[in-house]
Amino acid sequence: MIDVDSLNVSFGQTSVLESLSITIQEGKFVGLVGPNGAGKSTLLRSISGALSPDAGQISIDGKPISTLGSRAQSRLVSVVAQDTAPAFSFSVRHFVEMGRTPYRSKFSPPDERDRQRVDDALSRTNTTQFADRSIDELSGGERQRVVVARALAQNTPVILLDEPTASLDINHQVELLSLVADLTAGGKTVVAAIHDLDLAARFCDELCLLADGSIVDRGSPAQVIETTAVERAFEIPNVVTRNPVTGTPSVTAIERPDEPSSLPDRIHVLGTGPRTARLLTILSTTDAELSLGPVPPGDIAAVTASDLDMSVQQAPAFSTLDAQHRHTLRSSIEAADAAVLVEETAAIPIEAVSGQLRTLPTAAVIEEDQSKSTTREAMHDVVLTDDGTSDTVLDALTALSVDSTSDTATVSPSS
Amino acid sequence: MELRRRVLGWSTALVMVLVGSIVVSAAIGPVGIDPVIVAKSILNSLSIPTDIHTTPATLPFVEWTIPTPSVSYTPLFGFDVHGPHESIVVDLRLPRIALAATVGTGLAAAGTVMQGFFRNPLADPSIIGVSSGAAVGAVAMLAFPAFFPFAELHLAAFVGALATAGLVYAIATDGGRTPVATLLLAGVAVQTFLGAVISYLLVHSGDSLRAAVYWMMGRLRDSTWGDVEFTLPFVIVGVTVLLAYTRELNVLLLGEEDAHHLGIDVERTKLLLLLVSSVVTAAGVAVAGIIGFVGLVVPHMMRLVVGPDHRILLPTSALAGASFLVLTDTIARSGPVEVPVGIVTAAVGAPFFLFLLARKEVHAL
Repeated sequence: MIDVDSLNVSFGQTSVLESLSITIQEGKFVGLVGPNGAGKSTLLRSISGALSPDAGQISIDGKPISTLGSRAQSRLVSVVAQDTAPAFSFSVRHFVEMGRTPYRSKFSPPDERDRQRVDDALSRTNTTQFADRSIDELSGGERQRVVVARALAQNTPVILLDEPTASLDINHQVELLSLVADLTAGGKTVVAAIHDLDLAARFCDELCLLADGSIVDRGSPAQVIETTAVERAFEIPNVVTRNPVTGTPSVTAIERPDEPSSLPDRIHVLGTGPRTARLLTILSTTDAELSLGPVPPGDIAAVTASDLDMSVQQAPAFSTLDAQHRHTLRSSIEAADAAVLVEETAAIPIEAVSGQLRTLPTAAVIEEDQSKSTTREAMHDVVLTDDGTSDTVLDALTALSVDSTSDTATVSPSS
Repeated sequence: MELRRRVLGWSTALVMVLVGSIVVSAAIGPVGIDPVIVAKSILNSLSIPTDIHTTPATLPFVEWTIPTPSVSYTPLFGFDVHGPHESIVVDLRLPRIALAATVGTGLAAAGTVMQGFFRNPLADPSIIGVSSGAAVGAVAMLAFPAFFPFAELHLAAFVGALATAGLVYAIATDGGRTPVATLLLAGVAVQTFLGAVISYLLVHSGDSLRAAVYWMMGRLRDSTWGDVEFTLPFVIVGVTVLLAYTRELNVLLLGEEDAHHLGIDVERTKLLLLLVSSVVTAAGVAVAGIIGFVGLVVPHMMRLVVGPDHRILLPTSALAGASFLVLTDTIARSGPVEVPVGIVTAAVGAPFFLFLLARKEVHAL
């Protein structure tokens, strides 16, 4: 439907898009994601014909857009801008009626078909009740729906949206994007620049990740939204998890830690529950190799660990550790340069051995096995007593790896 | 359709106001004339074209004779009116009134278009330097008539106005695009420069200083039917073209990029709107001098009353502009000493506008 072929756009000396090519299938809702300045809006404006590219060609439905007049362009592409803040008080109906401009001759009043399209657009966007109100009396969310109604009245095969939800509340964001996603069911092709990755992943059929004017990755949301691609595009450590409510990828960017001078190379984490999950995400921003366990399958820590691609030892919940699991745990801890016990974690199996663990973390596990006493000396333990910030956790770990004589560092809430 | 009914209703009402203004204006003067006699005289002066024939005419400079169409008119009415009164109304007062109505129509229509075009409530018809250009042409001619052996004042002002508008447009255009902000700033800069030129010309204008200053204050005095004949065609054609572009103007109010996405050829439409409103303004200013405020305030007044939709705003503003200038000019000439009409438009228009503002808050265009 939309063919972008080696597109180059620059503003003055600054090159914004560099030989960018992309093909977008009919009936798809494609989200453009990427950091500010990646070229999302520029790409949209090039497709709509508002910008003339320096080089390259864009065709829609096989028609090269640059050879078309604005009237012909506007029958192929309609645009919903970020925020159409009206500096005027047209009625909603009149505003939506302007979507019929590309079809109307100079002097004719709107005909029956125009009126029909406008009515349809109003009802599909659930804005019929505002039809006679002035557009500047509407809230931001209502107004964006009216702008979508205008795009619908324009009856184009392609609809472009530039940050349509940027200034909306969460309820209106979801309302608007599900409305837009529904349009593709009617055969429309939708391309939207959306800076909210979670929203984009949730509503788009396909994502296109842009950075520095070229495409970093492209595919289904689950393919595109993964840690390394997101880090490459946005240059920030991040954790991609699966949102338990929507089942779609969810990105959490993490503040880049002040590079710790030396962390243990390999860290084993014992713990369950949200606090452990949080610790894992903090540690995942470092170079340290991480392992977790034992945890019951399905625990948030286990889910997070597998989202983060670390090795996880799983053990059944509500039971003591059998010999096999004890052995695995012991070898994990021995293999690690530091072990971290997250205290007061909720569930089994940590509870099963908690009697010893609470007083002498990690080491107790080892000693219970009557094995090498040297292990304990090689071990560095961190007890995360409460929500430590990433900095305090990392500082404690750094201290441990520098001063190998101490056994246990306790990280308390930063005061 | 509701809109059509509103346009028709408002236009009818405003035409009636205009007719009333014209009759009242023609009745007032050193010799008071009964409005009925005024109406009869005006009706007597109406005629319709009944015959077109060609007469040979010789072009100046070259010895070519070409057939020129000329039109015969037949009067419509034949009321019996006391001679001098009819002559006072038709020959003395009516040209001035007709010119005021014509210029008022043009200025108000051009002002409406400029405000919509620039999406700026402070825009007026001369925002791209039309009035300053006209003033340079007129003052130069008044101060140094020797340099203008052939031209007349109208023509000098008209050419000055259009040359300035063209210059501003050319300065602001780059690579086929004319950003409105650049146009606005180029207009301000050129106006400032021309202000210096005008001041210089005034300093050196000697005996014609008074005439020049009066011209710049707006001058409907001593208007002739010839003045009306000069301006009226431009205003009729121009305003008609502008009326055909009201829908585009509405869409342009959404912003240029939105307008482009709605299928408007933005740069072409801008050029056309700018050109036509400049010509209309220039045609008015060239004969009547600089009459400020009409083009700025009348559109605002009408916007407060009928709303921002140009399909109704433009025709009503044009009609209201006509009445406004006829009435203010009547005031200008009925005092003990006649004052330039520009003074009256500002003195009457500003308080009236403030009164409207106080009654209805203006949020935006």
